[in-house]
Amino acid sequence: MTATEFTPWASLAGGVLIGASAVLLLLVTGRIAGISGIVRRLLPPYGASAPLEAAAFVVGLLVAPLAWTLATGEAVKQTVTDSLSLAIVAGLLVGAGVFAARGCTSGHGVCGLARLSWRSIAATAIFMTTAAATVYVVRHVVGGWPWA
Amino acid sequence: MGVIGALVAGLVFGLGLILSGMADPAKVLNFLDVAGAWDPSLAFVMAGAIGVAAPGFWLVRRRAAPLADPAFHVPPANAPIDRTLLIGAAVFGIGWGLAGFCPGPALVSVPLAAPGTIAFVAAMVAAITAGSLLQAKR
Repeated sequence: MTATEFTPWASLAGGVLIGASAVLLLLVTGRIAGISGIVRRLLPPYGASAPLEAAAFVVGLLVAPLAWTLATGEAVKQTVTDSLSLAIVAGLLVGAGVFAARGCTSGHGVCGLARLSWRSIAATAIFMTTAAATVYVVRHVVGGWPWA
Repeated sequence: MGVIGALVAGLVFGLGLILSGMADPAKVLNFLDVAGAWDPSLAFVMAGAIGVAAPGFWLVRRRAAPLADPAFHVPPANAPIDRTLLIGAAVFGIGWGLAGFCPGPALVSVPLAAPGTIAFVAAMVAAITAGSLLQAKR
């Protein structure tokens, strides 16, 4: 487990950027800034609408760490699990889950709550609960695995 | 214009994820660890994002159409809640709680090239693709 510092102002400012991005995307393209939906539009069986816009959004995301380092002179701080098997299991669960739920933290958690969608409110309440429960079981019941 | 707008939106979104701390799985896991090393920072991310998006969406939706598309493509806010949604959300949360990554932060982290990130994203993309292909077959 890696200790992290409480960063209310940076987190609030980062949230403001995320919200502004979602408003910009809706204003220009008329679509919700849901990352899982955007990724899905780039994958087989293809044929989804506006794939170029989806690809451009993902390119923007991928450029962000470089832009961050150029702008601040700092590396992006993160601690990622060393366990590849854990990463794969988690990735499969996240992929299957967001496919079925048609949205993730961005599409349901931010955009859906912002427009008071009942589906999104229900989805967010559930994934927050199962995520917290998972961390509780891993850290306080099983006693923790050697990551983060 | 739609492509440029989407590119800028993606960049701003990614910078927001990095600045906020969402791109650090350790911070996400500590946010979710209410009974332990709780780091409430990510509640501020949600507050900032929704605080801007809620009035922003309301203003944008007063327009007849977006700037670069003849129509909005937004699901109805009162669509029914079904079992697939609930199960999907529950499964997503378990994966999120295991690795501390949800789709946006995982994608932003790809250029940083941590092996765990690459494995996570490959598995996530495979699962989304499998779901889409199965659905298309039906």
